[in-house]
Amino acid sequence: MMYGYTWDLTTPLTYAASILPILLIGLTVTLQAAAAGFALALVLGLAFALLRRSRIKAVALTTAFVVEFLRDTPLLVQLFFLYYVLPDYGITLPAFLTGVIALGLQYSAYTSEVYRGGIEAIPRGQWEAATALNMTRWQTYRDIVIPQMVPRIVPTMGNYLVAMLKETPVLSVVTVLEMLGLANMIGERTFEYLVPLSMVGIIFLLLTLICSAGIHRLEKVLPKAGIPLR
Amino acid sequence: MDWLTYLPSLAQGALVTAWITLASIAIGAALAFAAGIARVEGGRAVSTLALCYTEVFRGTSLLVQLFWLYYALPLVGLSFDPVTTGIVGLSLHVGAYGSEIVRGALNAVPVAQREAARALNFGRVHTLMRICLPQAIVEMMPAFGNLAIETLKLSSLVSLISIADLTFRAQSIRNITLDSATVYTLTLVGYFLMSLVLMLAMRLIERMVRRGAAFPRAAHA
Repeated sequence: MMYGYTWDLTTPLTYAASILPILLIGLTVTLQAAAAGFALALVLGLAFALLRRSRIKAVALTTAFVVEFLRDTPLLVQLFFLYYVLPDYGITLPAFLTGVIALGLQYSAYTSEVYRGGIEAIPRGQWEAATALNMTRWQTYRDIVIPQMVPRIVPTMGNYLVAMLKETPVLSVVTVLEMLGLANMIGERTFEYLVPLSMVGIIFLLLTLICSAGIHRLEKVLPKAGIPLR
Repeated sequence: MDWLTYLPSLAQGALVTAWITLASIAIGAALAFAAGIARVEGGRAVSTLALCYTEVFRGTSLLVQLFWLYYALPLVGLSFDPVTTGIVGLSLHVGAYGSEIVRGALNAVPVAQREAARALNFGRVHTLMRICLPQAIVEMMPAFGNLAIETLKLSSLVSLISIADLTFRAQSIRNITLDSATVYTLTLVGYFLMSLVLMLAMRLIERMVRRGAAFPRAAHA
Protein backbone atom coordinates (compact mmCIF):
# COMPACT_ATOMS: atom_id res chain seq x y z
CA MET A 1 0.00 0.00 0.00
CA MET A 2 1.20 3.47 -0.85
CA TYR A 3 -0.54 6.85 -0.66
CA GLY A 4 -3.67 4.94 0.42
CA TYR A 5 -3.78 2.80 -2.73
CA THR A 6 -3.41 -1.00 -2.48
CA TRP A 7 -2.13 -3.09 -5.36
CA ASP A 8 -3.98 -6.02 -6.81
CA LEU A 9 -1.58 -8.67 -8.09
CA THR A 10 -4.15 -11.10 -9.55
CA THR A 11 -3.28 -10.38 -13.19
CA PRO A 12 -0.79 -7.95 -14.79
CA LEU A 13 -3.73 -5.81 -15.96
CA THR A 14 -5.32 -5.41 -12.55
CA TYR A 15 -1.85 -4.78 -11.12
CA ALA A 16 -1.24 -2.04 -13.70
CA ALA A 17 -4.62 -0.44 -13.04
CA SER A 18 -4.17 -0.54 -9.27
CA ILE A 19 -0.77 1.19 -9.27
CA LEU A 20 -1.63 3.79 -11.91
CA PRO A 21 -2.88 6.36 -9.33
CA ILE A 22 0.40 6.01 -7.39
CA LEU A 23 2.48 6.56 -10.54
CA LEU A 24 0.36 9.59 -11.45
CA ILE A 25 1.22 11.14 -8.08
CA GLY A 26 4.86 10.55 -9.05
CA LEU A 27 4.19 12.10 -12.42
CA THR A 28 3.11 15.38 -10.80
CA VAL A 29 6.46 15.46 -8.95
CA THR A 30 8.27 14.75 -12.23
CA LEU A 31 6.43 17.58 -13.96
CA GLN A 32 7.03 20.00 -11.07
CA ALA A 33 10.75 19.20 -11.02
CA ALA A 34 11.05 19.66 -14.79
CA ALA A 35 9.08 22.94 -14.72
CA ALA A 36 11.07 24.42 -11.84
CA GLY A 37 14.38 23.17 -13.23
CA PHE A 38 13.59 24.58 -16.64
CA ALA A 39 12.63 27.98 -15.23
CA LEU A 40 15.99 28.07 -13.47
CA ALA A 41 17.79 26.98 -16.65
CA LEU A 42 16.09 29.75 -18.66
CA VAL A 43 17.17 32.48 -16.22
CA LEU A 44 20.70 31.16 -15.56
CA GLY A 45 21.27 30.43 -19.24
CA LEU A 46 20.43 33.99 -20.23
CA ALA A 47 22.77 35.31 -17.53
CA PHE A 48 25.55 33.03 -18.82
CA ALA A 49 24.92 34.06 -22.43
CA LEU A 50 25.13 37.77 -21.58
CA LEU A 51 28.16 37.40 -19.30
CA ARG A 52 29.90 35.43 -22.03
CA ARG A 53 29.51 38.42 -24.33
CA SER A 54 30.87 40.78 -21.67
CA ARG A 55 33.55 43.21 -22.85
CA ILE A 56 35.64 42.36 -19.81
CA LYS A 57 37.84 39.47 -21.03
CA ALA A 58 38.19 37.80 -17.62
CA VAL A 59 34.41 37.63 -17.13
CA ALA A 60 33.77 36.29 -20.63
CA LEU A 61 36.47 33.61 -20.35
CA THR A 62 35.46 32.49 -16.86
CA THR A 63 31.84 32.18 -17.96
CA ALA A 64 32.86 30.21 -21.04
CA PHE A 65 34.83 27.81 -18.84
CA VAL A 66 31.99 27.37 -16.32
CA VAL A 67 29.48 26.68 -19.10
CA GLU A 68 31.82 24.18 -20.76
CA PHE A 69 32.44 22.44 -17.45
CA LEU A 70 28.73 22.18 -16.65
CA ARG A 71 28.02 20.83 -20.11
CA ASP A 72 30.79 18.22 -20.16
CA THR A 73 30.15 16.58 -16.79
CA PRO A 74 27.28 14.20 -15.96
CA LEU A 75 24.09 15.39 -14.32
CA LEU A 76 24.25 12.47 -11.87
CA VAL A 77 27.66 13.50 -10.52
CA GLN A 78 26.63 17.17 -10.32
CA LEU A 79 23.58 16.03 -8.39
CA PHE A 80 25.67 13.98 -5.95
CA PHE A 81 28.02 16.94 -5.57
CA LEU A 82 25.19 19.28 -4.57
CA TYR A 83 23.46 16.67 -2.43
CA TYR A 84 26.50 15.65 -0.37
CA VAL A 85 28.82 18.69 -0.50
CA LEU A 86 26.41 21.57 0.24
CA PRO A 87 25.42 20.22 3.70
CA ASP A 88 29.14 20.11 4.61
CA TYR A 89 29.13 23.89 4.22
CA GLY A 90 25.99 24.34 6.27
CA ILE A 91 23.53 24.57 3.36
CA THR A 92 20.89 21.89 3.83
CA LEU A 93 18.20 21.85 1.15
CA PRO A 94 15.34 19.41 0.60
CA ALA A 95 16.17 16.69 -1.92
CA PHE A 96 13.61 18.03 -4.39
CA LEU A 97 15.20 21.50 -4.37
CA THR A 98 18.70 20.03 -4.77
CA GLY A 99 17.43 18.08 -7.78
CA VAL A 100 15.85 21.16 -9.30
CA ILE A 101 19.10 23.12 -8.89
CA ALA A 102 21.12 20.30 -10.48
CA LEU A 103 18.72 20.08 -13.45
CA GLY A 104 18.74 23.88 -13.81
CA LEU A 105 22.54 24.13 -13.69
CA GLN A 106 23.10 21.34 -16.22
CA TYR A 107 20.54 22.70 -18.67
CA SER A 108 21.62 26.34 -18.23
CA ALA A 109 24.74 25.29 -20.14
CA TYR A 110 22.53 24.15 -23.04
CA THR A 111 20.13 27.11 -22.93
CA SER A 112 23.00 29.62 -22.83
CA GLU A 113 24.15 28.20 -26.18
CA VAL A 114 20.64 28.61 -27.57
CA TYR A 115 20.49 32.22 -26.35
CA ARG A 116 23.94 32.88 -27.81
CA GLY A 117 22.85 31.61 -31.21
CA GLY A 118 19.68 33.69 -30.98
CA ILE A 119 21.57 36.85 -30.06
CA GLU A 120 24.09 36.34 -32.84
CA ALA A 121 21.26 35.93 -35.34
CA ILE A 122 20.12 39.53 -34.72
CA PRO A 123 21.57 41.57 -37.62
CA ARG A 124 24.49 43.94 -36.86
CA GLY A 125 22.46 46.83 -38.26
CA GLN A 126 20.17 46.65 -35.24
CA TRP A 127 23.12 47.21 -32.91
CA GLU A 128 24.38 50.08 -35.04
CA ALA A 129 20.94 51.69 -35.08
CA ALA A 130 20.76 51.38 -31.30
CA THR A 131 24.17 53.03 -30.97
CA ALA A 132 23.04 55.80 -33.30
CA LEU A 133 20.04 56.35 -31.01
CA ASN A 134 22.47 56.69 -28.09
CA MET A 135 21.18 53.58 -26.33
CA THR A 136 23.42 51.89 -23.80
CA ARG A 137 24.50 48.28 -24.21
CA TRP A 138 22.08 47.17 -21.49
CA GLN A 139 19.19 49.12 -23.08
CA THR A 140 19.97 47.57 -26.45
CA TYR A 141 19.79 44.06 -24.98
CA ARG A 142 16.63 44.79 -23.01
CA ASP A 143 14.62 46.70 -25.63
CA ILE A 144 15.99 45.55 -29.00
CA VAL A 145 17.87 42.24 -28.95
CA ILE A 146 16.13 40.06 -26.35
CA PRO A 147 12.51 40.83 -27.43
CA GLN A 148 13.41 39.83 -30.99
CA MET A 149 15.39 36.78 -30.00
CA VAL A 150 12.99 35.12 -27.56
CA PRO A 151 10.17 34.08 -29.93
CA ARG A 152 12.67 32.63 -32.41
CA ILE A 153 14.21 30.25 -29.91
CA VAL A 154 10.94 28.91 -28.48
CA PRO A 155 10.95 25.58 -30.41
CA THR A 156 14.61 24.86 -29.59
CA MET A 157 13.95 25.57 -25.93
CA GLY A 158 10.93 23.27 -26.13
CA ASN A 159 13.19 20.44 -27.26
CA TYR A 160 15.43 20.98 -24.24
CA LEU A 161 12.39 20.97 -21.96
CA VAL A 162 11.45 17.53 -23.30
CA ALA A 163 15.06 16.37 -22.84
CA MET A 164 15.00 17.61 -19.24
CA LEU A 165 11.71 15.85 -18.58
CA LYS A 166 13.39 12.59 -19.56
CA GLU A 167 16.30 13.21 -17.18
CA THR A 168 14.18 13.85 -14.08
CA PRO A 169 14.16 10.12 -13.12
CA VAL A 170 17.79 10.65 -12.11
CA LEU A 171 16.47 12.62 -9.12
CA SER A 172 15.12 9.36 -7.68
CA VAL A 173 18.68 8.47 -6.59
CA VAL A 174 18.66 11.32 -4.06
CA THR A 175 15.34 10.11 -2.63
CA VAL A 176 13.01 12.36 -4.67
CA LEU A 177 9.82 10.31 -5.01
CA GLU A 178 9.08 10.95 -8.66
CA MET A 179 7.60 8.39 -11.01
CA LEU A 180 10.61 6.07 -11.36
CA GLY A 181 11.36 6.22 -7.63
CA LEU A 182 7.82 5.15 -6.82
CA ALA A 183 7.88 2.39 -9.46
CA ASN A 184 11.07 1.02 -7.88
CA MET A 185 9.53 1.10 -4.41
CA ILE A 186 6.47 -0.75 -5.67
CA GLY A 187 8.82 -3.27 -7.29
CA GLU A 188 10.76 -3.75 -4.07
CA ARG A 189 7.60 -4.48 -2.10
CA THR A 190 5.82 -6.73 -4.61
CA PHE A 191 8.94 -8.36 -6.16
CA GLU A 192 7.33 -7.61 -9.52
CA TYR A 193 9.21 -4.91 -11.45
CA LEU A 194 8.10 -5.65 -14.99
CA VAL A 195 4.69 -3.94 -14.82
CA PRO A 196 5.60 -0.77 -12.86
CA LEU A 197 8.79 -0.11 -14.88
CA SER A 198 7.01 -0.76 -18.20
CA MET A 199 4.25 1.63 -17.16
CA VAL A 200 6.76 4.37 -16.34
CA GLY A 201 8.27 3.84 -19.79
CA ILE A 202 4.88 4.05 -21.49
CA ILE A 203 3.88 7.19 -19.56
CA PHE A 204 7.17 8.86 -20.55
CA LEU A 205 6.69 7.82 -24.15
CA LEU A 206 3.17 9.30 -24.27
CA LEU A 207 4.37 12.48 -22.59
CA THR A 208 7.25 13.05 -25.00
CA LEU A 209 5.19 12.17 -28.06
CA ILE A 210 2.60 14.79 -27.04
CA CYS A 211 5.27 17.41 -26.32
CA SER A 212 7.09 16.72 -29.59
CA ALA A 213 3.84 17.08 -31.53
CA GLY A 214 3.28 20.43 -29.79
CA ILE A 215 6.75 21.66 -30.69
CA HIS A 216 6.28 20.49 -34.26
CA ARG A 217 3.12 22.59 -34.44
CA LEU A 218 4.94 25.63 -33.04
CA GLU A 219 7.60 25.28 -35.73
CA LYS A 220 4.86 25.51 -38.35
CA VAL A 221 2.78 28.24 -36.66
CA LEU A 222 5.58 30.65 -35.72
CA PRO A 223 6.90 31.39 -39.25
CA LYS A 224 3.31 32.04 -40.36
CA ALA A 225 2.97 34.59 -37.56
CA GLY A 226 5.98 36.43 -39.02
CA ILE A 227 8.61 35.08 -36.61
CA PRO A 228 11.63 33.65 -38.46
CA LEU A 229 13.10 30.62 -36.70
CA ARG A 230 16.62 31.15 -37.98
CA MET B 1 47.30 14.70 1.00
CA ASP B 2 44.25 12.51 1.18
CA TRP B 3 43.10 12.97 -2.36
CA LEU B 4 46.13 11.18 -3.80
CA THR B 5 44.99 7.97 -2.13
CA TYR B 6 41.65 8.18 -3.98
CA LEU B 7 43.24 8.37 -7.40
CA PRO B 8 44.07 4.67 -8.05
CA SER B 9 40.48 3.58 -7.37
CA LEU B 10 39.00 6.48 -9.34
CA ALA B 11 41.36 5.74 -12.25
CA GLN B 12 40.15 2.13 -12.32
CA GLY B 13 36.60 3.41 -12.43
CA ALA B 14 37.51 5.83 -15.21
CA LEU B 15 38.81 2.87 -17.25
CA VAL B 16 35.46 1.11 -16.88
CA THR B 17 33.67 4.34 -17.87
CA ALA B 18 35.92 4.70 -20.92
CA TRP B 19 35.34 1.09 -21.97
CA ILE B 20 31.55 1.30 -21.61
CA THR B 21 31.44 4.66 -23.39
CA LEU B 22 33.58 3.54 -26.33
CA ALA B 23 31.75 0.23 -26.73
CA SER B 24 28.38 2.02 -26.64
CA ILE B 25 29.52 4.64 -29.14
CA ALA B 26 30.70 1.91 -31.53
CA ILE B 27 27.57 -0.27 -31.24
CA GLY B 28 25.36 2.83 -31.12
CA ALA B 29 26.89 4.15 -34.34
CA ALA B 30 26.22 0.83 -36.09
CA LEU B 31 22.59 0.91 -34.87
CA ALA B 32 22.29 4.58 -35.87
CA PHE B 33 23.41 3.88 -39.44
CA ALA B 34 21.21 0.78 -39.70
CA ALA B 35 18.09 2.57 -38.41
CA GLY B 36 18.83 5.86 -40.18
CA ILE B 37 19.38 4.20 -43.56
CA ALA B 38 16.30 2.02 -42.98
CA ARG B 39 14.20 5.14 -42.39
CA VAL B 40 15.34 6.75 -45.64
CA GLU B 41 15.86 3.81 -47.98
CA GLY B 42 13.78 0.99 -46.51
CA GLY B 43 10.35 -0.10 -47.67
CA ARG B 44 7.28 0.74 -45.61
CA ALA B 45 7.62 -2.16 -43.16
CA VAL B 46 11.35 -1.68 -42.56
CA SER B 47 11.15 2.08 -42.13
CA THR B 48 8.16 1.81 -39.76
CA LEU B 49 10.12 -0.68 -37.67
CA ALA B 50 13.07 1.73 -37.55
CA LEU B 51 10.72 4.60 -36.66
CA CYS B 52 9.27 2.61 -33.75
CA TYR B 53 12.75 1.80 -32.46
CA THR B 54 13.78 5.46 -32.65
CA GLU B 55 10.65 6.81 -30.98
CA VAL B 56 10.58 4.24 -28.18
CA PHE B 57 14.21 4.72 -27.18
CA ARG B 58 14.22 8.50 -27.64
CA GLY B 59 10.87 8.88 -25.92
CA THR B 60 11.64 7.05 -22.68
CA SER B 61 14.25 7.95 -20.17
CA LEU B 62 17.61 6.11 -20.27
CA LEU B 63 17.42 5.37 -16.55
CA VAL B 64 14.00 3.77 -17.03
CA GLN B 65 15.42 1.71 -19.89
CA LEU B 66 18.41 0.57 -17.82
CA PHE B 67 16.24 -0.40 -14.85
CA TRP B 68 13.87 -2.15 -17.18
CA LEU B 69 16.70 -4.20 -18.70
CA TYR B 70 18.24 -4.82 -15.29
CA TYR B 71 15.24 -5.58 -13.08
CA ALA B 72 12.38 -6.41 -15.40
CA LEU B 73 13.95 -8.60 -18.11
CA PRO B 74 15.23 -11.28 -15.69
CA LEU B 75 11.58 -11.81 -14.63
CA VAL B 76 10.79 -13.02 -18.13
CA GLY B 77 13.85 -15.25 -18.12
CA LEU B 78 16.41 -13.03 -19.87
CA SER B 79 19.33 -11.96 -17.78
CA PHE B 80 22.76 -10.58 -18.61
CA ASP B 81 25.60 -9.46 -16.40
CA PRO B 82 25.48 -5.76 -15.42
CA VAL B 83 28.20 -4.60 -17.86
CA THR B 84 26.43 -6.22 -20.83
CA THR B 85 23.12 -4.74 -19.67
CA GLY B 86 24.73 -1.30 -19.35
CA ILE B 87 26.34 -1.43 -22.80
CA VAL B 88 23.16 -2.79 -24.43
CA GLY B 89 21.00 -0.09 -22.80
CA LEU B 90 23.35 2.76 -23.58
CA SER B 91 23.93 1.58 -27.19
CA LEU B 92 20.21 1.26 -27.91
CA HIS B 93 19.59 4.73 -26.48
CA VAL B 94 22.48 6.39 -28.31
CA GLY B 95 21.70 4.53 -31.53
CA ALA B 96 18.16 5.95 -31.50
CA TYR B 97 19.46 9.52 -31.19
CA GLY B 98 22.15 8.84 -33.80
CA SER B 99 19.64 7.46 -36.29
CA GLU B 100 17.95 10.88 -36.38
CA ILE B 101 21.32 12.44 -37.26
CA VAL B 102 21.90 9.89 -40.03
CA ARG B 103 18.39 10.35 -41.39
CA GLY B 104 18.66 14.15 -41.38
CA ALA B 105 22.01 14.14 -43.16
CA LEU B 106 20.86 11.62 -45.79
CA ASN B 107 17.75 13.66 -46.48
CA ALA B 108 19.88 16.79 -46.85
CA VAL B 109 21.80 15.33 -49.81
CA PRO B 110 20.46 17.24 -52.84
CA VAL B 111 17.94 15.27 -54.92
CA ALA B 112 19.92 16.10 -58.07
CA GLN B 113 22.71 13.84 -56.77
CA ARG B 114 20.35 10.85 -56.71
CA GLU B 115 18.95 11.77 -60.10
CA ALA B 116 22.42 12.00 -61.58
CA ALA B 117 23.31 8.60 -60.10
CA ARG B 118 20.12 7.21 -61.58
CA ALA B 119 20.96 8.68 -65.00
CA LEU B 120 24.33 6.94 -64.79
CA ASN B 121 22.49 3.67 -64.13
CA PHE B 122 23.83 3.24 -60.57
CA GLY B 123 22.01 0.66 -58.42
CA ARG B 124 20.45 1.66 -55.10
CA VAL B 125 23.25 0.22 -52.98
CA HIS B 126 25.85 1.78 -55.23
CA THR B 127 24.14 5.18 -55.04
CA LEU B 128 23.93 4.98 -51.26
CA MET B 129 27.50 3.83 -50.68
CA ARG B 130 29.26 5.95 -53.28
CA ILE B 131 27.10 9.06 -53.64
CA CYS B 132 24.86 9.74 -50.66
CA LEU B 133 26.77 8.42 -47.61
CA PRO B 134 30.17 9.99 -48.43
CA GLN B 135 28.52 13.42 -48.66
CA ALA B 136 26.12 12.90 -45.75
CA ILE B 137 28.74 11.60 -43.34
CA VAL B 138 30.61 14.92 -43.43
CA GLU B 139 27.43 16.68 -42.31
CA MET B 140 26.86 14.14 -39.53
CA MET B 141 30.19 14.58 -37.80
CA PRO B 142 29.57 17.69 -35.63
CA ALA B 143 26.32 16.19 -34.31
CA PHE B 144 28.01 12.84 -33.70
CA GLY B 145 30.69 14.69 -31.73
CA ASN B 146 28.04 16.08 -29.38
CA LEU B 147 26.39 12.69 -29.13
CA ALA B 148 29.71 11.10 -28.12
CA ILE B 149 30.05 13.56 -25.21
CA GLU B 150 26.41 12.88 -24.31
CA THR B 151 27.21 9.13 -24.23
CA LEU B 152 30.10 9.69 -21.85
CA LYS B 153 27.88 11.74 -19.53
CA LEU B 154 24.99 9.26 -19.67
CA SER B 155 27.36 6.37 -18.97
CA SER B 156 27.43 7.60 -15.35
CA LEU B 157 23.92 6.14 -14.99
CA VAL B 158 25.28 2.59 -15.27
CA SER B 159 26.68 3.07 -11.76
CA LEU B 160 23.06 2.69 -10.61
CA ILE B 161 22.92 -0.88 -11.93
CA SER B 162 25.99 -1.77 -9.86
CA ILE B 163 28.72 -1.33 -12.48
CA ALA B 164 31.96 -0.10 -10.87
CA ASP B 165 32.47 2.91 -13.14
CA LEU B 166 33.90 6.30 -12.14
CA THR B 167 30.67 7.48 -10.48
CA PHE B 168 30.25 4.18 -8.60
CA ARG B 169 33.82 4.38 -7.27
CA ALA B 170 33.26 7.96 -6.19
CA GLN B 171 30.15 6.89 -4.28
CA SER B 172 32.00 4.03 -2.56
CA ILE B 173 34.91 6.25 -1.51
CA ARG B 174 32.53 8.90 -0.25
CA ASN B 175 30.57 6.38 1.79
CA ILE B 176 33.78 5.31 3.57
CA THR B 177 35.58 8.66 3.96
CA LEU B 178 32.66 11.16 3.97
CA ASP B 179 35.10 13.48 2.18
CA SER B 180 32.42 14.56 -0.33
CA ALA B 181 33.93 17.79 -1.64
CA THR B 182 37.28 16.24 -2.64
CA VAL B 183 35.85 13.03 -4.08
CA TYR B 184 33.19 14.67 -6.22
CA THR B 185 35.48 17.47 -7.39
CA LEU B 186 37.99 14.86 -8.57
CA THR B 187 35.21 12.91 -10.27
CA LEU B 188 33.85 15.98 -12.07
CA VAL B 189 37.36 16.90 -13.21
CA GLY B 190 37.84 13.31 -14.38
CA TYR B 191 34.72 13.43 -16.52
CA PHE B 192 35.68 16.86 -17.83
CA LEU B 193 39.12 15.64 -18.93
CA MET B 194 37.62 12.56 -20.56
CA SER B 195 35.16 14.81 -22.41
CA LEU B 196 38.03 16.95 -23.69
CA VAL B 197 39.91 13.88 -24.95
CA LEU B 198 36.76 12.54 -26.59
CA MET B 199 36.11 15.94 -28.20
CA LEU B 200 39.66 16.02 -29.63
CA ALA B 201 39.28 12.47 -30.94
CA MET B 202 36.00 13.34 -32.65
CA ARG B 203 37.62 16.42 -34.22
CA LEU B 204 40.39 14.21 -35.61
CA ILE B 205 37.87 11.75 -37.05
CA GLU B 206 35.90 14.66 -38.49
CA ARG B 207 39.03 15.94 -40.22
CA MET B 208 39.73 12.48 -41.64
CA VAL B 209 36.19 12.24 -42.95
CA ARG B 210 36.39 15.70 -44.49
CA ARG B 211 39.56 14.75 -46.34
CA GLY B 212 37.67 11.79 -47.72
CA ALA B 213 39.65 9.22 -45.76
CA ALA B 214 36.48 7.33 -44.89
CA PHE B 215 35.62 6.75 -48.54
CA PRO B 216 38.94 7.27 -50.36
CA ARG B 217 37.89 5.92 -53.71
CA ALA B 218 34.60 7.79 -53.80
CA ALA B 219 36.35 11.05 -52.97
CA HIS B 220 38.79 10.78 -55.86
CA ALA B 221 36.47 9.19 -58.38
